Amino acid sequence: MNTNVISLVSIGAHPTSGRPRRAEQDARAVELGLQLAGDNLQVLHAGDIAEPALRAYLGMGLEQMHVLEQPAGADALPALTAYLREAGAQVVLTGSQAETGEGSGMLPFLLAEGLGWPLVVGLAQVESINDGSALVLQALPRGQRRRLKVKLPFLATVDNAAPKPRQSAYGPARRGVLNAEDVEVLDDELLAVATLQPAKPRPKRLKVIKAKSGADRMKAATAKASGGGGQVLKGVTAQAGAEAILKLLIEEGVVR
Amino acid sequence: MLNTLLPILLFAALGLAVLGALRRMNMWRRGRAAKVDLLGGLLAMPKRYMVDLHHVVARDKYIANTHVATAGGAVASIVLAILVHGFGLHNRILGYALLLMSAVMFVGAIFMYLRRRNPPARLSKGPWMRLPKSLLAFSASFFLVTLPVAGILPENFGGWVLAAILGVGVLWGVSELFFGMTWGGPMKHAFAGALHLAWHRRPERFGGGRSTGLKALDLSNPDAPLGVEKPKDFTWNQLLGFDACVQCGKCEAACPAFAAGQPLNPKKLIQDMVVGLAGGTDARFAGSPYPGKPIGEHGGNPHQPIVNGLVDAETLWSCTTCRACVEECPMMIEHVDAIVDMRRHLTLEKGATPNKGAEVLENLIATDNPGGFAPGGRMNWAADLNLNLLSEKKTTDVLFWVGDGAFDMRNQRTLRAFVKVLKAAKIDFAVLGLEERDSGDVARRLGDEATFQLLAKRNIQTLAKYRFNRIVTCDPHSFHVLKNEYGAFDGNYLVQHHSTYMAEIIQAGALNLGQHKGNSVTYHDPCYLGRYNGEYEAPREVLRALGIEVKEMQRSGFRSRCCGGGGGAPITDIPGKQRIPDMRMDDIRETGAELVAVGCPQCTAMLEGVVEPRPLIKDIAELVADALLEDAAPSKPATPAKREPAEVH
Repeated sequence: MNTNVISLVSIGAHPTSGRPRRAEQDARAVELGLQLAGDNLQVLHAGDIAEPALRAYLGMGLEQMHVLEQPAGADALPALTAYLREAGAQVVLTGSQAETGEGSGMLPFLLAEGLGWPLVVGLAQVESINDGSALVLQALPRGQRRRLKVKLPFLATVDNAAPKPRQSAYGPARRGVLNAEDVEVLDDELLAVATLQPAKPRPKRLKVIKAKSGADRMKAATAKASGGGGQVLKGVTAQAGAEAILKLLIEEGVVR
Repeated sequence: MLNTLLPILLFAALGLAVLGALRRMNMWRRGRAAKVDLLGGLLAMPKRYMVDLHHVVARDKYIANTHVATAGGAVASIVLAILVHGFGLHNRILGYALLLMSAVMFVGAIFMYLRRRNPPARLSKGPWMRLPKSLLAFSASFFLVTLPVAGILPENFGGWVLAAILGVGVLWGVSELFFGMTWGGPMKHAFAGALHLAWHRRPERFGGGRSTGLKALDLSNPDAPLGVEKPKDFTWNQLLGFDACVQCGKCEAACPAFAAGQPLNPKKLIQDMVVGLAGGTDARFAGSPYPGKPIGEHGGNPHQPIVNGLVDAETLWSCTTCRACVEECPMMIEHVDAIVDMRRHLTLEKGATPNKGAEVLENLIATDNPGGFAPGGRMNWAADLNLNLLSEKKTTDVLFWVGDGAFDMRNQRTLRAFVKVLKAAKIDFAVLGLEERDSGDVARRLGDEATFQLLAKRNIQTLAKYRFNRIVTCDPHSFHVLKNEYGAFDGNYLVQHHSTYMAEIIQAGALNLGQHKGNSVTYHDPCYLGRYNGEYEAPREVLRALGIEVKEMQRSGFRSRCCGGGGGAPITDIPGKQRIPDMRMDDIRETGAELVAVGCPQCTAMLEGVVEPRPLIKDIAELVADALLEDAAPSKPATPAKREPAEVH
């Protein structure tokens, strides 16, 4: 299988110490890429080439990595978009959300929009790639999987449902080569004007145990999430569909 | 007739032996270079053999005496036989000497033979069962052919029939002793063993010394191999050391992993390395296999990767690095060094540390502790203790090295107990606090030399900022690493285990101690305190000071059985038939003691993991703290400060 696979990686931060490390989800994107393309996998980072944590990705057995050199605070999006369009990538893998910086999780969506490619969220496994399309499994809550057929080229985000990343070893990390590429540096204006503050932990939903028996609890823990009063809109005009969605959002208090 | 036949036989066998020796030496020379004092080692060898090696062998009186007779008789007989029968020096005195020596050897060989009639499981069979008979044949034949030389029997006594029989006997004897010695027979141990003693990789071990710290990898040279992948990646004197093995199986009998049914047998491992250095398969190995792994399915050669050819990875990860095998080995082979060398390759090159290994190493890099706890919580255990921080104090008498037990709730009790003792003795002490990092012990034993050196260098940098007289720690692993392994990075300190230090301050009368109350007590020697650092007495001295008479286990002192917690074994967690701490708890139960005193956070954790009912586990510091008597004239104010009730609006 000679698919051109590119994994996008960022610098992560350890959850308790905050020290730079390979980002958990990005490492899974590299792992998935290695399983798909083996030695042909390309790994791409936009940022500072001197960051030692980058070598942790090389330690997974990569011979080289491309780095689009950018200072902190620069917008990675245009550089990545341009590079991916040039590189002829067929599958681009990335973590769902960065552990450092803005960490908005928007990058994959903006990239896909810019490239005009389909985006698979929560890719768990690539089953096969044939005739310009791929059969993939998408992770859904509670361990469910959805099989999707996606046209190449496509972009996919991976989360914790993707295979665990292999250990990063010192030898390959030391030997691996970081290839710098000069790109036009564009300041991220949105980030420059915004103020960053630590996220507040989301309040926990009170857990009311209704189950009276072990069987009930088991059922509650394993049953599919059921929306119940959902409504399937089929064969309606875009206008009617949009109105129905807006009505729901107002009802739910999302839009006021 | 024998007078013409004997020199031919002798010199032919000797010639072949020389050829074999050269061939074997070439095999060793495939290994990497090592810094060895070639001449000095050779000169020191006889003393190392007679004193240091004999010291180990003499733990088993039967075999020690037998070996002295057999080996001594053999060496003397060989020299004399070459003079008398090789060069034809038919001198009466030489003849009598040869008669005496071959007789001594014969007697020794008979005891060897008796030992082999019903051999214990640890002994290898196969060619080793033949060896006593070959020795008997050699000594008996030379005794008989020498009788005429001494003038006891007339020349040509017995005619050609006897001559033919003796000729065959001599042929058998010299084949085993000369030819077999260098071409891979059981007698190889004499040839390789002697050179191994001369060019040992840890010459400090001889003359009563101790050398247990792992040797550092050179990480500054990008071309230097990271550990051992193929047999030729060992240093040449390590290869030589493997060849010295006598397959006595003392290591096998002492190995906790083997006893637990994990796929490791130190003896088989060394023999597999011999197979690796010479090429071939393990089919001819005649001892106990790795538990659960049949013999004959593995093979290799000097240029082939060891793991998954010669040895399976889980064999290497079963080792707890307890050094029981090294302690028992009469040939002073370094099993643990070899295992860690091979682990280094797996971790540093292959990224193949099993089970939780990768996670622990990542945590060590990102948080300086194996559990991945927030580094800021390192001092939470002492939040109410008002400990002096070295960053504020700059200089102190005792630097209390806390260790990663700071994050473990059970070990925190030990730490707090030790602080209580230090305070009671009015010791001037301080801690590094948040500046302390993991010592690097686990990383190093898991083969991650890079992370170890990173942690070690940072710790050394921190320690260099302050002035202190000694480091005291409750953790024998930190103790060993700080004391024996930081020296290679210019970190030289006076380091003491808390049991040693407490023994000192008790001796000095700094503590007002009562007696231990109640239950009977046994003591479990931690490997990294005992075998690694030779400290068996101090903990017992402390216990005696508490009025405790230690009910010793059968396996205690240098023969103490590991708790299963060393070398990252709980992290790699290779399955076996039973758990090592359960076996150790059985040893403890055998003494009938209701409490086991320990001196190591790992041992505490492993032994407390054994299901109840079982004896209690207490650290020595806890026992001492419990026995502390309040001072007669307390300096505390008599009346406690009045508490004002807080007003609430």
